[in-house]
Amino acid sequence: MVAEASNKTISVTLRVWRQAGPNQPGSFVDYTAKGLNTNMSFLELLDVVNDDITRQGGEPIAFAHDCREGICGTCSLVIDGKPHGPHRGVASCQTYVRSFADGAVITVEPFRARPFPVVKDLITDRAAFDKIQQAGGYISVRTGAAPDANANAVPKEDAELAMDAAACIGCGACVAACKNASAMLFVAAKVSHLGLMPQGQPERDKRVLAMVNTADDLGFGSCTNQYECSAACPKLISHDFIARLNRDYIGATFRSAFTPASANTGGGA
Amino acid sequence: MAKLDSKIPSGPLADKWRKHKTEIKLVNPANKRKYEVIVVGAGLAGSSAAATLAELGYKVKSFVFHDSPRRAHSIAAQGGINAAKNYQNDGDSVYRLFYDTIKGGDYRAREANVHRLAEVSVNIIDQCVAQGVPFAREYGGLLANRSFGGAQVSRTFYARGQTGQQLLLGAYSALSRMVGQGAVELFTNEEMTDLVVVGGQAKGIITRNLVSGELRRWAADAVILATGGYGNVFNLSTYARGSNVTAIWRAYKRGACFGNPCYTQIHPTCIPVTGDYQSKLTLMSESLRNDGRIWVPKRKEDCRKDPASIAEEDRDYYLERMYPSFGNLAPRDIASRAAKRVCDEGRGIGETGLGVYLDFADAINRLGEAAVRERYGNLFDIYHEITDENAYKTPMRIYPAVHYTMGGLWVDYNLMSNVPGLFVLGEANFSDHGANRLGASALMQGLADGYFVIPYTIGDYLAGQKPGSRPSPDAPEFKEAEANVRAMTQRLLGAKGTQPVSHFHKRLGQIMWNYCGMARTKEGLQKALQELPKLREEFWATVKVPGSADTLNQSLENAGRVADFIELGELMCLDALTREESCGGHFREEHQYPDGECKRDDEKFGHVAAWEFQGPGQAPLRNVEPLNYEFVKMSVRNYK
Amino acid sequence: MSLIGNLFRSTVGRKFLMAVTGFILVGFVTGHLVGNLQVFAHPDKINGYAHFLQSLGPALWVVRLGLLAAVGIHIWAAVTLTLESKQARGPEPYGVKKWIRASVASRYMRLTGLVVLAFIAYHLAHFTIGAAGADTFKTRLAEYQMQEEFHLLGFPIVAKGQTVHDVYSMVFLGFSSPVVALFYMLAVALLTVHLLHGFDSMFQTIGWRSSKWSAALRTVTVLYCLAYLAGNLAIPGAILAGLVKPAPGTTAAQRIAAVAPASLAQR
Repeated sequence: MVAEASNKTISVTLRVWRQAGPNQPGSFVDYTAKGLNTNMSFLELLDVVNDDITRQGGEPIAFAHDCREGICGTCSLVIDGKPHGPHRGVASCQTYVRSFADGAVITVEPFRARPFPVVKDLITDRAAFDKIQQAGGYISVRTGAAPDANANAVPKEDAELAMDAAACIGCGACVAACKNASAMLFVAAKVSHLGLMPQGQPERDKRVLAMVNTADDLGFGSCTNQYECSAACPKLISHDFIARLNRDYIGATFRSAFTPASANTGGGA
Repeated sequence: MAKLDSKIPSGPLADKWRKHKTEIKLVNPANKRKYEVIVVGAGLAGSSAAATLAELGYKVKSFVFHDSPRRAHSIAAQGGINAAKNYQNDGDSVYRLFYDTIKGGDYRAREANVHRLAEVSVNIIDQCVAQGVPFAREYGGLLANRSFGGAQVSRTFYARGQTGQQLLLGAYSALSRMVGQGAVELFTNEEMTDLVVVGGQAKGIITRNLVSGELRRWAADAVILATGGYGNVFNLSTYARGSNVTAIWRAYKRGACFGNPCYTQIHPTCIPVTGDYQSKLTLMSESLRNDGRIWVPKRKEDCRKDPASIAEEDRDYYLERMYPSFGNLAPRDIASRAAKRVCDEGRGIGETGLGVYLDFADAINRLGEAAVRERYGNLFDIYHEITDENAYKTPMRIYPAVHYTMGGLWVDYNLMSNVPGLFVLGEANFSDHGANRLGASALMQGLADGYFVIPYTIGDYLAGQKPGSRPSPDAPEFKEAEANVRAMTQRLLGAKGTQPVSHFHKRLGQIMWNYCGMARTKEGLQKALQELPKLREEFWATVKVPGSADTLNQSLENAGRVADFIELGELMCLDALTREESCGGHFREEHQYPDGECKRDDEKFGHVAAWEFQGPGQAPLRNVEPLNYEFVKMSVRNYK
Repeated sequence: MSLIGNLFRSTVGRKFLMAVTGFILVGFVTGHLVGNLQVFAHPDKINGYAHFLQSLGPALWVVRLGLLAAVGIHIWAAVTLTLESKQARGPEPYGVKKWIRASVASRYMRLTGLVVLAFIAYHLAHFTIGAAGADTFKTRLAEYQMQEEFHLLGFPIVAKGQTVHDVYSMVFLGFSSPVVALFYMLAVALLTVHLLHGFDSMFQTIGWRSSKWSAALRTVTVLYCLAYLAGNLAIPGAILAGLVKPAPGTTAAQRIAAVAPASLAQR
């Protein structure tokens, strides 16, 4: 079993999106890779192809990657029409050559969305996610000002559910998979994680309004409840959180419209 | 010769930090905004430092080579974070955490630093919980703990197997808040390529924008490096591919001393290498050794056979045989070295012969598959995903891999290097783990440095700097540093070679792994010190770096990092060769007890080796900071 | 942003408006269907019911304008969100893009919505305004004399012997045209497809859906859609197929009896 698995080799053709820089025209270029050990990861396949390209005097394919264990959220390939490739619940770096047939032609593209402009080849700029986070994806607590960690009990169920949401790796596959390029799953994961914790309550309304409105301003699309996002998510984050986000947003909208604000804080104007 | 003043406060151990905090200089609130601080790196240490300094009122510029601060490799830490909360009522205390960490580090860390780490560990948990980090909880809603290696109490806080991720996202959220308020300027895709020293003090950095290729000069009143560890010198490791030594290496070349570069931690349970294409080794949690039995065939000729066909009496459960009292739960370094030993004997398994079995058959027979699945299901899934093997049916294959470096830039008690104004935090410094780091201590140290140490200690330095006295980025030192980077870039691009950068990184990794890995010998290290200069020359002569400097160019990025790694490799081997003893992660075969335990030489080597750059082609200078143990007695580590 | 700003400008706000208006419209089409099913009963029923609605006067207009506003907001939100989403997708399409799990119904919401819109326009012209099929419009038909008193929820609404519009005959005559009937059937089928996604989607958008009961909600959705489709196909279907005949003595019965031999001869 061991020997059999590692001895198997296949050959594939990669149809890779090449684009020299932002706002430049791109196109698909074919590369053939032979004698691939099927235990190779998909990113290692690209490494091998790149070394060949380099030796032949070409310019290697730029692709984003870092931890190669599915947690940093850097890798971002659309492989044969699916963000992160054919398998559920994994990132591109956790896709292996054994998932492809000998002789397969595999199309490799960047995540595509207007808020994720292509930087080069397969690399996109996902700074928009940072901007959403900066708009309110935090609990305002100064270092050193925290009460004892056990001062507030958090029901285990809430903590677990919050952790489900917090598992988001910020890769953007949800946006890439969505026909509307909506960032709702990403925003929902963050809003739900903090909104489920007692610590997150004081800023709950402010947070959801700010994060959704920022995502809108950044040009992400809207949700049409097709759940491609959660299906493409390498952490399989549930679209239940989007429902929660919607509820929070609408609730916050009405609360902020009808709850009187203290005139002294300047919020009354 | 560098002046190494550790600035350890006097007085009783438990009072040092408190006393120090009350005695060091402060910057008044109105003046804080007049100081600019550069923070390079945004992992646990960098993010927490940048956020906290901004909260205090300093003007902070945060630089990361990643496309987002959230990508830093702290994110991959699995197990947990230690804190002396004693929530379990099992007798934990700051002193015990301090003592365990000192002992775990094989008495090669500073007492005062480690005690401070243990003290602030409790604040870290408070801070993280307040930020909304979803730590595991008990049904009553209070925080849960698990046990970890090297401790007899349960003090590890965790968030499933993604503790590092959750802590980093907490620090990232604090940083994001400050960026949103305009208190931190965030520069992503910006790699530090040189340190600028003006008048003997660190006053800025040069960066290369990885998207545009532009070199930029940044002046500041102080520079903080929190750029992580350098385990990728081994090419294959559990580090992220992008993790590199460049920032601290170039600071080293500007005069910062490099402390204990040879201290490397090798984790025993990783998925083995399957081929020369391999880019990454994946850690399998140490917890598997609670129920798995480690073995190799007794005979070489059985190594390629289906493990199921090898009879019980033909198997060598070598850890149980060699360490009967500890068995499969032998400490990390012992288990790692034992695996290497049996593989060196030719009894390693798998395609490459570098692997041992971690077998769950007994556990499945005893507990049932369902129980094993409940305990380790997600790990078995990861294993299946990577290897396509079902570990319920056939034993896992594991092998040790590099996963942390205890060495790093030398810093004093204030976390300032010997170059005034240059501070180094987290894994990038050498300070708290001695020669070996305990599990769940890395996260603790990164956050301690960033949240609770640097915010105090940087004031002591800045208070001595006149507000507004920072140099202009057009000062000659900046221009010289930029020209230095530009020249290196041109040299890399101009090399008329044929081999991709990866070729050299793989060869470097092999040399380092073979001679400066789990077990080191004088001969091996001397051999490495002959081969590395040759590799360095060959690299510069025959590397092929395609593309140009003024665009995104990953080959160029890698080339610069590998060039630094090759030089670092030489320093590591030199350090390992010079340190004629075994301690923690540094194991010299010549110096061991009959049972394979490290044989320290406290007399000759009870000190920090802080290497000082002397110029290209010159042998570096070995400075020494003696480790004065005032409160703990150095003794032989014994976990039996 | 203000309340209005959030609701009418943000994506989530507009989706909320779509869900709320969708909810209103589902309520309307359900009530409408139930009312129409009275065509299978005695002509008094639907004619009395229609007369009752007509007699509401200003209240009827309030309801009508409310429904029109709901349709308008639903469409406005859909169009603006769709345009923005197309914009969000970016300039370069995927070379290869595969659906992972989106339901077939969900992929054609925009198309089914458009056909339903066209249908609504025709339907209003046909049965409400009388611009299409004018010769069978209720105002052109002989008035109907109530044979019994019409009650609604126990209240007497229309007295016996009162003359009212003959909606009953209008429906029969309208659906006796195969083209009209088939278009109706096609349209309600597409509306059903629209609801097949829209129904539980409303719950998601309002925030009332979760995986704990989404399967049950899905079952309810499918059952509702099947019932809605069956009811709506039944009216034109049964009339066109001749499975139900207009009640003897009604205008519809007389007209169909007069036309039938001729149309038979044409075949």
